[in-house]
Amino acid sequence: MSGPAYASSLELAAGVVLVCAVVTLWRRSLSAIVKALALQGFALGAVALILGAAQGNGVLIAVGCLVVLAKALAIPALLGRVVASDPNSRETAPIVNVPASLVAAGALTFLAYGATAPLVALVPTVAGRLVPLGFATLLIGFFVMAARRKAVSQIVGLLLVDNGIALVAFLATAGVPLLVELGASLDVLLAVVVLRVLAVRMTSAFGALDLDQLRELHD
Amino acid sequence: MLLLAVLVVPFAAGVVSAMVPWRRGIGWAGTASIGAVLACGIALAVRVEHGPPVVAFGGVLRVDALSAFMVIVIGTIGVLATWQSVRYLSAEIAVGRSSRRHASLYGALVQGFITAMLLAVVAGNVGVLWVAVEATTVITTFLVGFRRTRGSLEASWKYLVICSVGIAMAFLGTVLVYLAALHVGHHQHVSLDWTSLMAESRLLDPGVMRLAFALLVLGYGTKVGLAPMHSWLPDAHSQAPAPVSALMSGVLLTVAFYALLRFKAIADGALGTAFPRALLVAAGLVSLAVAATMLVAQRDYKRMLAYSSMEHMGLLALGAAAGTPLAIAAVLLHVLGHGLAKGVLFLTSGEIVATEGTSEIAQVGALLARRPALGAIFGVGLVALLGFPPFSLFVSELTMLRAELQVGLGWAGAISLVLVAVIFGSLASHGRHLLLGAAPEGEVARPTPAVVTVPLVGALLLCAALGVLAWPLGGLLHAAAQVVAR
Repeated sequence: MSGPAYASSLELAAGVVLVCAVVTLWRRSLSAIVKALALQGFALGAVALILGAAQGNGVLIAVGCLVVLAKALAIPALLGRVVASDPNSRETAPIVNVPASLVAAGALTFLAYGATAPLVALVPTVAGRLVPLGFATLLIGFFVMAARRKAVSQIVGLLLVDNGIALVAFLATAGVPLLVELGASLDVLLAVVVLRVLAVRMTSAFGALDLDQLRELHD
Repeated sequence: MLLLAVLVVPFAAGVVSAMVPWRRGIGWAGTASIGAVLACGIALAVRVEHGPPVVAFGGVLRVDALSAFMVIVIGTIGVLATWQSVRYLSAEIAVGRSSRRHASLYGALVQGFITAMLLAVVAGNVGVLWVAVEATTVITTFLVGFRRTRGSLEASWKYLVICSVGIAMAFLGTVLVYLAALHVGHHQHVSLDWTSLMAESRLLDPGVMRLAFALLVLGYGTKVGLAPMHSWLPDAHSQAPAPVSALMSGVLLTVAFYALLRFKAIADGALGTAFPRALLVAAGLVSLAVAATMLVAQRDYKRMLAYSSMEHMGLLALGAAAGTPLAIAAVLLHVLGHGLAKGVLFLTSGEIVATEGTSEIAQVGALLARRPALGAIFGVGLVALLGFPPFSLFVSELTMLRAELQVGLGWAGAISLVLVAVIFGSLASHGRHLLLGAAPEGEVARPTPAVVTVPLVGALLLCAALGVLAWPLGGLLHAAAQVVAR
């Protein structure tokens, strides 16, 4: 695959990753947020597959398949079960309200373009031009962790950060060596599983999963 | 062989303890396995001090003097912590807070935790290093939440969330280093090995490396407990079981710091020393300032020890910022000295919590009169931590300060001295409340069994000996400093 079809499909997939990140700020229903995350996982896998197909890189295609398995199917399924077990699964009172969050997402995207200028200069390809989208996703992930209260939202923020980093890795370097890539994906999956275990234990200890209730420890 | 044994022995010990219900014998076997690691570490150190690095799997694992030194640090504090774990677990089982099954999980996790730290320091490749550090995060999350109280669950949640974000930053930094290596120009096999990155460091793109190093300082700095990503540290270190706190505070922080030292050497090559130095000085001074403010009115002695770890990590960051061979040798000596002193203090505080039932400073008093042995060990440990001679922390802090003066960082050294003085005052006054005073009427002094006191006293003696004699470590420290110094 080459030429305009390659460029536009890559742009589309990378763009969907960022749009999904914005959707997690826009929607309040946690199940909708988890769906956006699954779609983001698909788009991320697609980025790896398109790059792999364009370069004839079999390893990258395999990584793309793994990304789809882990980030579009396994992790959203795990999170979906946490959300289903929580009766009031809505982000009712976020620390930053939705309109302000969307404005912040716009500002963070600008910031991402500014910060990644040296990267874009070093990789003057179609893929390289899209690197800021990965950084923007990462920054929005940070913002979600800071501005949302529910425990599930914190996990979502963490996953956005991770997906943003994976997007940068695919676009800028056509994937870091397989060993590292696998280690990274496996570790994130593990971290999410552990967080789910903790979430279950905390629900039994605190009741609902609202991080505002974590007030035991302070100075 | 030796290099593989360092990883295989504790891993096998972990598998064994996972499979059988916990018994004292299994606990002691765990201590023996870390003892074997320590012995291998010393043998490796003797081999690489004057010889070439030991490598395995085509460079995926690689031990030079710096790695060998870190293996020794992990082994030493690991022996202390696994030794006290035996007592900790039997006590938990005796009061019914834990079962033999639950305790065997603890044994397996601690061995796995130590294996992951060892993998991090013997990794010859920045990717493997990253995977190992992330593995320590996941494993210790379970150990922090081991007691399953509300506080420990909250601490482990915070710990995992904040450190996962931090470690994700470190991953991005690693990816960018790889990107810079890809674009060096000649079309050799591009790798993430320390050796090839060090050899090419001058050719790496400075713009990308600047961003990469900033992300690495932020990312690994989270695990080191450097401000601004430190907020997990006091919670996790105060809520974990005491032997785990000793390991986390005494070694895990410095294993992450080891990663920063290695990356700083690469960044120095690509960017010159000014930028890496500025970042580390800023991180070090802010961490010291945060630790000083939180220590002044601290009410909980385990949190007090946690913030003191933050202080020492700040001092290490300043020492690394100076970056001369002298400074790095002092940094490494400080890593070992702090590990010993802090390990002893956390283990002693575990005993104190077990007998007093509280970690509030105000509710514990007159320890020297009521628990003479325990009180004396805590007191001497605190004296070591405060940097009094003859303990090695005195030598290393002074040498770091001297190195800072030599490279024109005297102003940062002066600010750090002021902050250290504030911390000194608060720790001394909290220590006075804990230790001094008369025992209440009718309460007799309770002895502490030798199985607790002997290893702790041994560790303090070692810490004092290191401050007086440079002989056993001098050559190794010098060789290790050469690996990353400018």
